[in-house]
Amino acid sequence: MFFANPQSLTDFVKSPKNDAKIARRLWVCGGPGCLAAGSAALLTALENAAKAAGLSEKPELRTDMTGCLGLCERGPLVGVEPEGHLYEKVVPADAEELIERTLKKGELIERLVNDPKNPGRQEHPFYKPQTSLIMRRMGRIRPDSLEDYLSADGYKALALALGELSPEEVSRRVEASGLRGRGGGGFPAGLKWSSCRLAPGEIKYVIANGDEGDPGAFMNRSLMEGDPFAVVEGLTLGAYAVGARSGFIYVRHEYPLSVERLERAIAQAEKCGLLGRNILGSGFDFHLETVEGGGAFVCGESTALMASIEGREGQPRVKYVRSVERGLWDCPTLLQNVESWANVPLIVEKGPDWFASLGAKNNSGTKVFSLVGQVRRSGLAEMPLGSPIRVLVQDVGGGARPGRTIKAVQTGGPSGGCLPLSELDLPLDFDHLPAAGAIMGSGGLIVMDDLSCMVDVARYFTNFLKGESCGKCAPCREGLGLILRILEGLCRGQGHPGDGQELQSLGRSLSLTALCGLGQSAANPLLSTLRYFAEEYQEHEEGFCRSGRCQGLFHPAIDPDVCTGCGACAKACPSSVISGGKKEPHVVDLDGCISCGACLAACRFGAAKAVRKK
Amino acid sequence: MSTFDEQDLEQILRSRPAEPRQLLPLLQDIQARFRHLPKEALLATAERLSLPPARVFAAACFYRAFSLTPKGERLVAVCQGTACHLRGGQAVTESLEKRLGLKIGQTSADGRYGLESVNCLGACALAPVATVDGVVHGHLTPDAAAELI
Repeated sequence: MFFANPQSLTDFVKSPKNDAKIARRLWVCGGPGCLAAGSAALLTALENAAKAAGLSEKPELRTDMTGCLGLCERGPLVGVEPEGHLYEKVVPADAEELIERTLKKGELIERLVNDPKNPGRQEHPFYKPQTSLIMRRMGRIRPDSLEDYLSADGYKALALALGELSPEEVSRRVEASGLRGRGGGGFPAGLKWSSCRLAPGEIKYVIANGDEGDPGAFMNRSLMEGDPFAVVEGLTLGAYAVGARSGFIYVRHEYPLSVERLERAIAQAEKCGLLGRNILGSGFDFHLETVEGGGAFVCGESTALMASIEGREGQPRVKYVRSVERGLWDCPTLLQNVESWANVPLIVEKGPDWFASLGAKNNSGTKVFSLVGQVRRSGLAEMPLGSPIRVLVQDVGGGARPGRTIKAVQTGGPSGGCLPLSELDLPLDFDHLPAAGAIMGSGGLIVMDDLSCMVDVARYFTNFLKGESCGKCAPCREGLGLILRILEGLCRGQGHPGDGQELQSLGRSLSLTALCGLGQSAANPLLSTLRYFAEEYQEHEEGFCRSGRCQGLFHPAIDPDVCTGCGACAKACPSSVISGGKKEPHVVDLDGCISCGACLAACRFGAAKAVRKK
Repeated sequence: MSTFDEQDLEQILRSRPAEPRQLLPLLQDIQARFRHLPKEALLATAERLSLPPARVFAAACFYRAFSLTPKGERLVAVCQGTACHLRGGQAVTESLEKRLGLKIGQTSADGRYGLESVNCLGACALAPVATVDGVVHGHLTPDAAAELI
């Protein structure tokens, strides 16, 4: 397989292939969540069962691993092609039945689907509100296969660009699409593209930022591991547009599988004439390689990332000179998040107007969100920009867990903000979230219920950011330490009147004076919780935690009118101080109670509550 | 094997071009081979890349992936991600610290166990999670975590 010109690529896609004969296929999810839940062992079990059933000789019936299917909460997942059914929580013991009934005969195994009347993935409440662009190939291709990628419209955009479009036109399409950077800031991508294209310089670079460091975010990982060629193709188009001949994909240290998949994709693309010298016979050369990070959160900041590629400590610099003029090794550099890059082939192929028609005003396209925390259905969900938070949390995520109520939604990773219930109708886009004190960030969305203490949440994020501060500027290095000390005091019951005010002033100073984006946004968790949950700070100053999270700052009490006597709290209590008969209201004996909150977390009916200490 | 072997080091250093930008990849290879960055290896890397030893040392200290002392043979890593924190990760961490007699970031005196934290493993649906030698264990309780060892 070698493509000497754009036409040969088009011809190849049209030519009949073996895969056309595939009658049915079981797609095992290979996303991070399902892999952790054991999907690799499931695939082996399915392959063995297929062999035992004599199917290994039948290429029309297959079992394969694909990228992330999204619904991590119910993993390991198996998608059935062509029926479109989605099996949930599949274990190796189900393998034989899957092969015999589903793969061979096309039967539905009712117990493995969410709703036997609507067994299709498209009808599932998790998927119904979604729009799948970036994740459209998940469940349709093997991430390692260039042929699969080609058969799913892959490299169509590059063939078009190198065959018919000038670099200026490729850049113009991205500019006109209104694409905004998916890594956090939402900077207009087109502005970077045109500036970098016009910047003087013989040597230019393109970089994909895959240093996904936000805890609770794994959309970039899923993309790099599930559809690596899309990132590679996007970068190739970018290099063509701005005149770069080399590029890098900087991957987070904790993602070895992403590095492996990207490197395999790069090697295949090179072999087939889609990377390297004289791509598709056009005379355009582009060399691409991966760089593995060193485990430093700050390297997600663009200038720190470039310092890291150069082989130095990843410390940011002041951005009075922009990277598009002087970036990597002082050369003009176009750096974007991997999800931004994956949007590029779509924009170039389908046109900027089509892209701009998706999403909301000034916020075109979709965004992949990782919906996690105290919600019924965790997972990756792709929504048009501008969708209300409520749709994602209630419809896609299924709302609060049994017996709980949602208190806050935290967006944008550790430097994002916590929004209260009253803001749930806010559109998820780059303009509305900052106005409310939160940010889009890379698209992490963490749901918190009434068991989450907002002071503890601020303490958690501040602790994280303090550990990841590079130490270059004093406001971030020292300021986070001061903030953390007060927050820790509040969570331990050693708060003082006026702590909230002190925190407000420290947080504001930090935002105004820190050197880089990480420091400037590091006070967001603190400031947003102070803004929306001031009463919880007030209560902590007085030594009370209403969420039952901060040990020793509350007494547990069981509401006899709500308690069903299920005994879950008594079972969870490490001090064995909860008693009560079967189906009788339970009581806590406060003598010996250590106020750990285990009973509150165990109660599925919301009967166990935190009350002020007498 | 984690003992220092000069031949192995030489082989690692020769496997990449002698350019400053290879500093991180080289340190990663050395860390993977010796489970830490021995002083001799840092000096040899500086010489190979014609860099001041201070710059090599600075990079070795800056990145979390590197360690100047040997890491444990069996690595237990507790996820400190947000979802894990909300779903009871702290109790899991405390239970593992108690079971191993180690604090996060420490290695046992005999070098057999190391306890680490990791910022997020992307397995948030299974929270709280921990890994033992890279294998993910999900939906942990303090008791279940202690049993992993």
